[in-house]
Amino acid sequence: MPEIKDVILEYVQEEYLEEDDDMEITYDSKLITGGIVDSFSMVSLKRFLETEYNIRIPDGKASPEAFDSVNNIVKLLKEFDVE
Amino acid sequence: MSNIGSYEERVKDFSWEISEKELEYKKGDVINIGEYCTDRVCKMGKGDKPALIWQGHSGEVKTYTFDRMRVLTDTIAQYLKDKKINPGAPICLFMDKIPELYFSFLGILKMGGICQPLFSAFGAESLFTRLEDAGTKAIFTQKKHVGKIRKIIADLPHLEHIIVVDHDGRKPLRERECAFSMEKAEAVEDFEIYPTYAETPSVLHYTSGTTGKPKGALHVHYSLISQYITAKYVLDLTEEDIYWCTADPGWVTGTSYGIIGPWANGVTQCVLDAGFRAAGWYKFIEDHGVTAWYSAPTAIRSLMREGKELVQQHNLSTLRHLCSVGEPLNAEAVLWSTEAYGLTFHDTFWQTETGSIMISNYPGMKSKPGSMGKPFPGISAAVLDLETYEPKQEAGVVGLIAIKPGWPSMFREYWNNEEVYNSKFKNGWYICGDRASIDEDGYFWFVGRDDDVINTGGHLVGPFEIESALLEHEAVAESAVVGKPDPVNMEVVKAFIALKPGYEPSAGLELKIMNHIRKKLSPLAMPQEIEFLDKLPKTRSGKIMRRLLRAKEWGEEIGDTSTLEDE
Repeated sequence: MPEIKDVILEYVQEEYLEEDDDMEITYDSKLITGGIVDSFSMVSLKRFLETEYNIRIPDGKASPEAFDSVNNIVKLLKEFDVE
Repeated sequence: MSNIGSYEERVKDFSWEISEKELEYKKGDVINIGEYCTDRVCKMGKGDKPALIWQGHSGEVKTYTFDRMRVLTDTIAQYLKDKKINPGAPICLFMDKIPELYFSFLGILKMGGICQPLFSAFGAESLFTRLEDAGTKAIFTQKKHVGKIRKIIADLPHLEHIIVVDHDGRKPLRERECAFSMEKAEAVEDFEIYPTYAETPSVLHYTSGTTGKPKGALHVHYSLISQYITAKYVLDLTEEDIYWCTADPGWVTGTSYGIIGPWANGVTQCVLDAGFRAAGWYKFIEDHGVTAWYSAPTAIRSLMREGKELVQQHNLSTLRHLCSVGEPLNAEAVLWSTEAYGLTFHDTFWQTETGSIMISNYPGMKSKPGSMGKPFPGISAAVLDLETYEPKQEAGVVGLIAIKPGWPSMFREYWNNEEVYNSKFKNGWYICGDRASIDEDGYFWFVGRDDDVINTGGHLVGPFEIESALLEHEAVAESAVVGKPDPVNMEVVKAFIALKPGYEPSAGLELKIMNHIRKKLSPLAMPQEIEFLDKLPKTRSGKIMRRLLRAKEWGEEIGDTSTLEDE
């Protein structure tokens, strides 16, 4: 079974990067402040995590900091016992 | 003392000639915004002064003086001329907030082109609609956005040049694509600026309406007269200021007050090309000593969420004047900012078509939190009766916000759409499309839109465009889109969808539909919520009753439903 961080990384690459974009993103790449995922798109990323891991992330927890890298998201998911 | 001094006194003695005189412009003279923002400032002895302090998302900082900006904009203008792009041609900017975006804007104007800035988060379909309508000849972009253009290029035969400003040679360019590095190109010191006049087209900004495709609001070089003086009197910009406009130049605030107004005033401005993070914004203000700040209610409310403690962790003592634009700034946010920063955010009201601030709160004028303020000197504004279009004389009565035509930055046409342009004028007034009332002291109070256009985070989104794109999804049979109240963005997009046979509502399908719209149109247009219905409410003639769905979301009276089918 793939690791959670790899699932998220792949999703971000597929959904938020253009086909011809050769930007390489890592687990620490800045997603929000780096302009890869904007504040409106964050809603769809949150929805993906909720659907994929069958959890409900309260709006208060879905801050730009918490979503700013794959590693930060993995940390957030641990709060919901997703490991 | 503020630049405007006493608002009441300024209203009495104001004429646009004050601005013309300060800019040393006389009727019939050549007037070129690119020249006024660069060469003229240098001629005034400010060539060595920083024009742009730019910071990227990884923290790198670049500073450009007015003289360096003059040379770079000349270099870009010459490049376009060498490409045999004629004056009057629409040239699109499709880039993030990188220095090339700002300097290409001015370079295009210097060579006589019409600058068409578009938000870089637009998806391929949104981009196509606007490029096709404008008949765009060339587009400046970055390699990260080229993919979207490649998807649509086959159907855009008039788009002759795709200029990639950061091509690194790792992947080959394709037909019609060319690489241009502003920094590495041979510097041009003395480009002969194209002699544009007051009514020569300058900027083409697209804006959404309730029905039909987005419309291109065309502006002219004479708009400078409004943008210069409003930046001076409303934003209160002075020689010593470090100014930060948080808007993206894909939208009109980012050009009128993120390029033209401040630079025509010779003011240093900062740009942060990074996504929103409260601590990051405060650090940016602290690091660069920002003094004047023009932002948006959505950002202010997001900062509110992060609390006052975060404010106290930063030294924001350089700030002296704050303004807001995009949607009405609620009283709570005004009061919070006054407590948190020791300064009041001054709300301003205007739109793509007006080109400059129309109604505003001014430094020194008594503030009424939650109010739009009063008309700018020289602007005649009123609220009109919804039926007769006559100005309402009684205080507190709601009507349509309207402006008497004739201010310098008024749009001159909707590109290729004279009929819709003419429909915006009633009884000798320009109709803004918003409703408001005026109190006994002359302050305007915003009530809401007069149509179905959704104002999300200060950006207008047309429901028709989203509904059409939703129908292109394989699972969608019918759709209706409305604005839903949101504590941060004022409104967000909500879609009501009836599915085709064989499809069942699910969280996974909802996500797929959301992403479909985000990639096709833009993140702003993506429904933040989808409600699946068996069928949508329609009139007996088959028209979807969007009004009814909207009223439900806003907790309003549903009104007359006599035409509803099955009633």
